[in-house]
Formats: sequence, C-alpha cells, structure tokens
Amino acid sequence: MGASYWWMLLGMAIATYLPRMIPLTVLDGKELPPIVSGVLRNIPYAVLGALIFPAILHIQDDILFGIIGAVVAFAIAFIGLDVMFVVIGTIAALAIYSLF
Amino acid sequence: MGCLVNTTFSHGLKAGSSIAIGYFPVAITFGLLAKTTGLSIIEATAMSLFVYAGASQYMALSLLATGVAPWLIVTNTFIVNIRHFLMTAALSEKVEPAPKWKKAIYAFGITDESFSILATQKGRVTTAFTFGVALIAYSSWVIFTAVGHVIGANLPQFLQQAMSVALYAMFIGLLVPSMKGNRKVVLLAATAAAIHCVLYYFHLLSTGWSILVATLASAIFVEILYAKSNKNVERFTAKKEDN
Repeated sequence: MGASYWWMLLGMAIATYLPRMIPLTVLDGKELPPIVSGVLRNIPYAVLGALIFPAILHIQDDILFGIIGAVVAFAIAFIGLDVMFVVIGTIAALAIYSLF
Repeated sequence: MGCLVNTTFSHGLKAGSSIAIGYFPVAITFGLLAKTTGLSIIEATAMSLFVYAGASQYMALSLLATGVAPWLIVTNTFIVNIRHFLMTAALSEKVEPAPKWKKAIYAFGITDESFSILATQKGRVTTAFTFGVALIAYSSWVIFTAVGHVIGANLPQFLQQAMSVALYAMFIGLLVPSMKGNRKVVLLAATAAAIHCVLYYFHLLSTGWSILVATLASAIFVEILYAKSNKNVERFTAKKEDN
C-alpha cells in the first residue's frame, strides 16, 4: 500500500471522529424537549438490537454457527455474568462446536 | 454492570476492562485479516490507532481487498459511523458538565462498547470515569491489532472461526442486564432488530444506513407508544380522583 493508503486513513479518521465529537461539544448538556431526550435515552438499547441482528447469524457461512453463538451469549448474559465471561464463554462454545 | 461506583478514573479502568478483554479476540482477528489483505504491521496498527472503529475497519479491509477506490471507503466509513451522532447526542445528557476540549478528547474514545458501558451506568458519569473506560478499551484495541498481525495466522483455524463471534457476544453481554425486568428495553432492542432484519434481507439499504434507520425508528416508535400509554394512565387516574 502506498501514499493513497495514508490519505484514506486520514479521511477515515475524520469521518469517524466528527460524528463522535460534534454532538458532545455542540449539545453540551443543553436542555432538550422531553420527547427528544426520551428518544435519545432509548438509543442505546435500540442500537444494540440493530447491531446484533441479523449480523450475528451471518458471521460464518453455516447459519447454525451464528444461532448457537447467539443462544449461548444470551444464556450466559442472562445468568448475570460479566461481559468478558459472555465473550470468552461464547468463543469457547463455538470453538467446541467447530471441532466436531 | 457489576460496577456500582462510577466516579474516579480507576473505576473507569475497571468498568472498561471487560471491553478491553472483549476487544482482545476482535482486534486479534482484525490484525490477522489486515495481514492477509496485504497491510504491513505499521499500516494495520495505524488504522486502529487513528480510526478506532471496529465495524468500519473490518469493512475497509474487505473493500481494500476488492480494490474499491479509497474515497468510497471513506464515504462508507462515514455512513457506518453516522450512528455515533445518535450515541454521542444521547451521551451529552449523561456526562457531567466539563470543558469542551475535554469532551472533544474523550469523544475519540466513544465506540459502541464504551458508549454502552457509559450509557447503562446509574446516574451521571464523571469525566474521569469516562476517560478511564475510553483509555483501557483503546489501548487494548491498538495493542492487540499489532499482536494479531504477528501471531494471528498461527492460531488454529477452529479458534479463528470461533473468535468471529466476539464483537456480537460483547453487544449481547452489554444489552441483556438492562433487559431484565424492563419491557421497554426488550421492546426497543427487538423492534430495532426486526426492522434491521427486514431492511437487510430485502436489500433495501446499505448496512450503515439500515442500522441508523432501524435504531431511530425503534427509538421514536417506542417513545411515542409509551408517551401515549402514560397519558392514558394519567387521564385514568385523574378521572378516578374526580369520582
């Protein structure tokens, strides 16, 4: 990769940083109308749902792979274990699955 | 989140350590893929260092491999990251007041994961706590990208496959604790997931846009639903008091 890679990296860095920085510094804790702040408070849970499905089902060609991963992760998280145990436990379960 | 105290820098490091561990397999896999795409260790690590966005970086690799023009990769990066506008707007209500330059610095460390940790804390989060969460997660991402470039290809195939779930397992681990006993959270996640599935399987929008649309539509729909039912409850109780 040559100089064009580094220009691309600069572009990617700016395209990633601006959406992170602008709302935090511009809104800066200003009072928003209740319906708007209500919607904003809903964002974290909605975005996680959209990030997980359907992407998790297609991490490998074998769709069962993703389904098992999703079920195991939900089960471990439901028991109440910390995020890192959810990640490690799910990887372990899928490693065992792909061995057989 | 297992972390009830959320004020100091070291509380932040502790809360962020689960992300740091979660990033380990995701970053290792990224380093490995970068190597097979033809990036040097410097080029791969620089992407993690300056861009720091898992989903965009994975996408950039697959586009580079197919010879897509750099400006198009930058455009795609922006589209994939538009959702961060929503997240940091939500976060601006959650963080304690601080000078803008401090916010501009920790803004760089806001990812899906650090956002989820911060947004699911009880009450407001301090600037020191936010820096702690951001720093440990960022360090893990950069360091393990380099490690993955060096050793990734030596990991057994079955383990490389299994590690592809890491990012999503992390999202699930962040979501589920808030879902327990909260029907609104369940409804929000399920609605957004359902909308995204429809957009995805009918090829209606590119991934970056469809995540944005699904998230916003779900957040607005559920808010209106709850606002209406709350009004009904108020009217109902008001009537009872009249009697």
